[in-house]
Amino acid sequence: MTIAAPTSYTIPAIADDLPEIRRSLWRSAWIFCRRQPLGTFGMVIVIIMAIAGLSAEWIAPYSPTANDFSAMTEPPSWAHWLGTDQFGRDQLSRIIYGARTALIVGFSCAIIASLSGMVLGVGSAYFGGRLDLYLQGVLDVVMAFPLIIMALAVVAIFGTGVHNVIFAITIPLIPRCARVLRSSALAIREVPYIDAARACGFGHRRIILRHMVPNVVAPFLILLTAFVGQAILAEASLSYLGLGVQEPVPAWGLMLQGGAEEYASTAPWIAVFPGLAIALTVFGFSLFGDALRDALDPKLRDR
Amino acid sequence: MYRYIIKRILLVIPTLLGAAALVFLLMRLIPGDICVVRLGSGGGTFDERAVAACHAQLGLDRPMVLQFVDFVWGFVRGDFGISMWSGKPVLTEIAARFPVSLEIAIMAVVVATIIAIPLGTLSALKQNSPIDFVIRVVSIAGLATPSFWLGILFILAILNISQSAFGAPWMPPIDYVPIWQDPLRNLSMVVFPALTVGYRTSAVTMRMTRSAMLEVLREDYIRTARAKGLVEHLIINRHALKNALLPVVTLIGIEAAFLIGGLVVTEQVFNLNGIGRLFVQSVQNQDYTMTQALVMLVVAAFVLTNTVVDLLYAWLDPRIRYG
Repeated sequence: MTIAAPTSYTIPAIADDLPEIRRSLWRSAWIFCRRQPLGTFGMVIVIIMAIAGLSAEWIAPYSPTANDFSAMTEPPSWAHWLGTDQFGRDQLSRIIYGARTALIVGFSCAIIASLSGMVLGVGSAYFGGRLDLYLQGVLDVVMAFPLIIMALAVVAIFGTGVHNVIFAITIPLIPRCARVLRSSALAIREVPYIDAARACGFGHRRIILRHMVPNVVAPFLILLTAFVGQAILAEASLSYLGLGVQEPVPAWGLMLQGGAEEYASTAPWIAVFPGLAIALTVFGFSLFGDALRDALDPKLRDR
Repeated sequence: MYRYIIKRILLVIPTLLGAAALVFLLMRLIPGDICVVRLGSGGGTFDERAVAACHAQLGLDRPMVLQFVDFVWGFVRGDFGISMWSGKPVLTEIAARFPVSLEIAIMAVVVATIIAIPLGTLSALKQNSPIDFVIRVVSIAGLATPSFWLGILFILAILNISQSAFGAPWMPPIDYVPIWQDPLRNLSMVVFPALTVGYRTSAVTMRMTRSAMLEVLREDYIRTARAKGLVEHLIINRHALKNALLPVVTLIGIEAAFLIGGLVVTEQVFNLNGIGRLFVQSVQNQDYTMTQALVMLVVAAFVLTNTVVDLLYAWLDPRIRYG
């Protein structure tokens, strides 16, 4: 029974100047890229979007909120690569700043949801008994709400805006993560080394953190990447409905809400580019997540 | 088997009660007094007596537990209250909008199945070939494409194509006519939203079909079938597909959630007066009675679909024996 975290590949040492641990990390990244060309492609998209979002101030040619009434609904040109919208705002700049909003929402939701899910799932599996039964009951009820319905209900109560949107999308993601990690943790709980650890007199905290959590890292990471994409899609949908991020914050879904349909025949670029940004980013995360699943979970390979 | 069926059906009750409790609590979490919000929304002035009257009318002056019992009992009797926005009974409003959404949902599932099962099977049969690669990319793209954007692209295409073909832009009708009255008009209205919602559903189904098929194709009995010289298409159709489609059936239940989510957004894009649009409007208008009724209905529909699918699965797969 191997208990090594499935992320670490053992690679024969090759003469190199890099220290031991770094080499294995770079090597495993390289192996990942070679074995998973689609996943690498997805990773590249994600990295480009992350760079765009992080350095929006320096990359974006215009301010995302500056109106230019002399250049409304301009088609793509050298001055405005992706054209301008009905208020004369530069589309490219808005998409670059929108990447920031999307990634903030995506990562916040995914990280908070999967961490809470891990606490609930692993805790529930480890302690078992009544706690497990009641917790699963509650999570089942939350799972009965489709994601967007739950998010809309939360928005209906707490209102719109970035923070409420993050809250609204995180809540329905938590039980989805908890359920998967619980089943992984249940399998690990039955493994003899957990009994051994208990026999050694280790406390609950040590057994959970040192022995159980490292073993659910693989499904945890897979869920995390999947959640980022789902959260970005959900945010875009909410914003498109006018119930998510509010103006003047640049967000992709919001860009499609304003004039996309109204100007469909006269200025189609308003409708095309923001949607393309959403689709590409989520596509990138899905490809990367799929490849990660294949790499981390050999049982699922080739499926 | 019968014990399993009864157990599974009884399991619906606690889930629905739990969901009702959650909705009930969520609606009580609304910051501020709902009556103040309601009376103040018109911009007029109001006094304490009006607030108290409103409390009495909504039953908010009674104990929480009684309110909850009333709430659940209302749902059981099919009495969802009065819409706070339009003043009409919630049930009438929902009933008027239901047929459009139902038709789109059914058509989307049909479209998705027609696309997904052949392509998923093909993808599995030609694993790691260029065809497989293309199908996989198409299905991942289906998961990544926001349905409202796909809808907008459809509108864009319809407008531009009709403009160049007839010289005047044409848009699908937005007022609902039942299919038995004017099939052409009905279909021209429903087909594009159904394609929009269906693409996503087909993407998920395609992936599931592919992975289930790959698993089945490695089974011993497939090798046996090949060894005895059975024709390939019989192996695929009679032996492999039959078993591979079992998990796909389950998936349709899970897909119901995505379908509803897709409907909410797609109806907005195509300006269709369905349940999804009603839901968005009720959230925008802070129509809490409507919102809670719709959330409960969606959850009930989702839970019931899942139950039916579970039972179907137990019935279809004789290998599964339930205690």
